[in-house]
Amino acid sequence: MKNKKYDIITIGGSAGSIAVLSRILDELPDYVQTPVVIVLHRLRNVQSEMGRLLSSKRRIIEPEDKEAVKARNIYLAPQNYHLMLEADKTFMLDYSELVNYSRPSIDMTFSSVAEVYGSSALAILLSGANKDGAKGMRDIIAAGGTGIVQDPATAAFVAMPLAALEISKGIHALPVEDIIKFIINEP
Amino acid sequence: MKEDISNADFVDIVNIVKLQYGYDFTGYAQASLKRRIVRFMSYAGIATAFELKYLLVNDTDFFNRLVQYITVNVTEMFRDPLFYQTLRTQVLPKLAAYPNIKIWHAGCSTGEEVFSMAILLHEAGLLGRTKIYATDLNPMNLEKANMGILPLDNMKDYVYNYIQSGGLGDFSNYYTARYDNVLIKKELRKHITFFQHNLVTDTVFNEFQLICCRNVFIYFNRELQNHVLQLFYDSLSPRGYLAMGIKETMRFASIHEKFETIHPAHKIYRRKG
Repeated sequence: MKNKKYDIITIGGSAGSIAVLSRILDELPDYVQTPVVIVLHRLRNVQSEMGRLLSSKRRIIEPEDKEAVKARNIYLAPQNYHLMLEADKTFMLDYSELVNYSRPSIDMTFSSVAEVYGSSALAILLSGANKDGAKGMRDIIAAGGTGIVQDPATAAFVAMPLAALEISKGIHALPVEDIIKFIINEP
Repeated sequence: MKEDISNADFVDIVNIVKLQYGYDFTGYAQASLKRRIVRFMSYAGIATAFELKYLLVNDTDFFNRLVQYITVNVTEMFRDPLFYQTLRTQVLPKLAAYPNIKIWHAGCSTGEEVFSMAILLHEAGLLGRTKIYATDLNPMNLEKANMGILPLDNMKDYVYNYIQSGGLGDFSNYYTARYDNVLIKKELRKHITFFQHNLVTDTVFNEFQLICCRNVFIYFNRELQNHVLQLFYDSLSPRGYLAMGIKETMRFASIHEKFETIHPAHKIYRRKG
């Protein structure tokens, strides 16, 4: 009986995060059933192949409004929407103001995951050049969830993991291979 | 600390707004509405849910500020350019068969997508015989939309979107730039009527060949989505078109059987019979 500890894994990334994220997804063993919700800073109003770029192994789904979170699925926040979760574990899309100059914003998704999943959430924040995700990570920790940032020493852009570490205690800072091990061993 | 309100307070607040002012937010998706109420509290310097309720009960101006703030008023011209391209190639040629064309933009915000539609119709040679009804529940949005003034800064993105949508002309012909703003040409705007309509509480007011309601459903729960889809069904002429936001879906609503899908990715549907 694996994967009992977390009911959801949510991952945020910006500049310098794509390669790291691809690696995590490709090394995610098949038995990991936990749904994964990814938020990346992306361009708006351009056609995007991001879903296919991220993983050659797993299919990435851009959820539609009101779709239910399902085990094994890997979700990617669609371009130009914030992605939130409702108490009944369905997705809610939101087209409101940019947050941290971003839509989707990692803060929005992390905070919403914290509210719905509490202590059963695992949040992972990767490389990035702004501060999006730090406040959301703080909410994850405050709700009893688990937080990991990519070790700044290994991140292409350090601002994002550093900002999260700065405002919350109890976040693990791990290099990529350890993030993967953490997901595999701990779930 | 994270600012927050309890679920009981949230329900109270929604009820006060409904009973005292007639704005019914009970069918709104909770995650987003709650977040916006909490944001409004910190913006307005309100520390407790009690204080918020007190002000709502006693101060109409305060309520107006709340509505302005919690409704989402974000929009852009030619949002999702490929959707507009599909309108150009698959929908407008069908509308051309009608001697008079009536279009409803529901939840039009400050009008950017309505102006986009007017440009499309103009380029298809249909604007002269089209009447666009554009509605929103927020009177401040309608006031802005009516003026037809947009920030100049946004035009760079909009011209890009316009070209992506298959725009045929020189985009700058559709507005006049003055200082930091642009004014959308009167010739486009004179075919548009902006007025207040609340999708939750108001009913059918005309019959349309096309209804555009994009990125409004996302703020509603499933029940309210059903209700509004029924309202649109009743407001469409037989074989009339309905366009939703590209991440919105009617597949969770039973009424979807009464629509055929014209474009699954761009969420264009058509009333059957």
